[in-house]
Amino acid sequence: MYAYDELDRTLINERVSEFRDQVKRRLSGELTEDEFKMLRLQNGVYLQLHAYMFRVAIPYGTLSSKQLRALARVGRRYDRGYGHFTTRQNIQFNWIKLAELPDALADLAEVGIHAMQTSGNNMRNVTSDQWAGVAPGEVEDPRIWSEILRQHTTLHPEFSFLPRKFKIAITASEHDRAAIKVHDIGLRLYKNAEGETGFEVLVGGGLGRTPFIGKTIKPFVHGRDILSYVEAILRVYNQYGRRDNIYKARIKILVHELGIEKFAREVDEEWRQMGDVGLTLDHSVIEEVRSRFSYPAYEKLPHMPDELKQAAHDPLFERWRRNSVFPHKVQGYSIVTISLKPVGAPPGDATSDQMDAVADLADRYSFGEIRVGHEQNLCLPHVAKRDLPQLWKALDRIGLATPNVNLVTDIIACPGLDYCSLANARSIPIAQELTRRFANHDTAELIGRLHINISGCINACGHHHVGHIGILGVEKNGEEFYQITIGGRADEGAQMGTLIGPAIPYAEVADVIEDIVEAYLALRDRPEELFVDAVKRLGVEPFKERVYATR
Amino acid sequence: MTSPLQQKIKITGPSMVTANRTWDGVVIYRTAQQGWSANLSDAAIVRTSDEARTLLNEATADDVGAIGPYIAPVELKDGGEIKPGNLREHIRSEGLTIDLLPVPA
Repeated sequence: MYAYDELDRTLINERVSEFRDQVKRRLSGELTEDEFKMLRLQNGVYLQLHAYMFRVAIPYGTLSSKQLRALARVGRRYDRGYGHFTTRQNIQFNWIKLAELPDALADLAEVGIHAMQTSGNNMRNVTSDQWAGVAPGEVEDPRIWSEILRQHTTLHPEFSFLPRKFKIAITASEHDRAAIKVHDIGLRLYKNAEGETGFEVLVGGGLGRTPFIGKTIKPFVHGRDILSYVEAILRVYNQYGRRDNIYKARIKILVHELGIEKFAREVDEEWRQMGDVGLTLDHSVIEEVRSRFSYPAYEKLPHMPDELKQAAHDPLFERWRRNSVFPHKVQGYSIVTISLKPVGAPPGDATSDQMDAVADLADRYSFGEIRVGHEQNLCLPHVAKRDLPQLWKALDRIGLATPNVNLVTDIIACPGLDYCSLANARSIPIAQELTRRFANHDTAELIGRLHINISGCINACGHHHVGHIGILGVEKNGEEFYQITIGGRADEGAQMGTLIGPAIPYAEVADVIEDIVEAYLALRDRPEELFVDAVKRLGVEPFKERVYATR
Repeated sequence: MTSPLQQKIKITGPSMVTANRTWDGVVIYRTAQQGWSANLSDAAIVRTSDEARTLLNEATADDVGAIGPYIAPVELKDGGEIKPGNLREHIRSEGLTIDLLPVPA
């Protein structure tokens, strides 16, 4: 966990007071909506179909049990008893009243949570690997660097009025769980041949209307220089990024139009001209931030405790363990992913009661710490293996032991037309129907790893481009239709999926996905060949043939 | 950005003006009595583009009470019952189309 200091607390509290005054002036008519809109957006407040939506940041996906309880309380006191975890380590409340928002923010401020820069054309929540600090083989904890960037960019005037929103993600593992290649800036932490810690810097990735995979702009930037280098990128973007056309304003368009070589030269020149502007990170500064992350006092525990050996006889426990429990860097401990994708439920939703219960379980089994991943699941990062059977039983009692992590029903979905004012089509009912079709866990395990991503419009909050199967809702003559892509992936081998053919109507989507999965099962060359690898080997044609031959 | 007051307005069938209430975000409909109602059945119905423009201008003038007013289609059933004219308005009027996790009362 990271411990905020007095400066952080003061900043958050001042922001609450400021927003309280702004809301008061809006409700009295002193501020028009035109004047107020940017102010509310800077505090994470959108207007959606039914109500205001309030987006709260969970920096680098790390929460204490106390913070999770505060989120539960906000859901219960100011909303309808639940919240929605997003694809960028935020949580959204969908039914919040503007008049009560300052109180909700004040409640969150008490535990060091805020909503600053969760919307608007600024630097958004810096995201990271939800397994940061506990993943085996990790170079070092990437949250230290996320925090340094968070501190530097929060309310930074140069980053507060960008041409468009700007997203950074950081990973420090070979396997990318932070989707860095589809971010405006992706940072991969590694050690070079000299043993120095630094970053491969990627730029210009993103999804939405014009999807691009990020390109490497600099293979190695020393850790001490990362702030100045990121600032140089932002300065070039600020100078040349388009403000005349919202659809061409993201940095990915600038990188595409200039070409990565020219863009890199511009950044290098800017970086050179900046010289020493006080952004070089002293070792002591890095260590100061590092020192404010606390880590558990792990016990020396056996790799295979008796409790685990005994529980292995229970096939239900074993099924859950197979796909929810992952190796930890410390012997005797595990990382546990808590699926927020029960059959028939909205992906990523959790009730306030469930949040409270997970907070209690985190206190009992995970040193009071919870993580949030971009897959819209939660994670307990420090669970002793001996406790796994008890944890599983406790999760099962609150409906959070669905054994489907990374399987076909572990669907990523945006809120879609049920909530979102931008959506063209619904996402959640499609996800719910698919979870019912593939509810048999034996079948899901037979299919193996398969990521389905659903977006209700081209803005791609459900990251459909990089789903193994991507589903994009579009509107045709007032009806909901869906485009299907296959072969996308969001990890270190990130690539966009390929469209398989004409859009299909709402009622046929689940049938089509079943057809695609059946085709895969028939075509894979061995059970271990993943869906996405089979698509890579075979191309889209066999799947297209299967879907459209009879339609 | 073009002001709503200056936007070209063309409707092709019976329409209403809808918005969200400023203090709590609830879906509201402009009434013929120059007020707002949370019931679609109270909505003022317009049939020409000129009527729609007038109703929208009136609604936009109430910046304190409502946020983001716009014109949306409706269906008029036999007997005068007003129904939403598209899926988006159906969802705004009738609520979510999905099953939620059970939340204790």
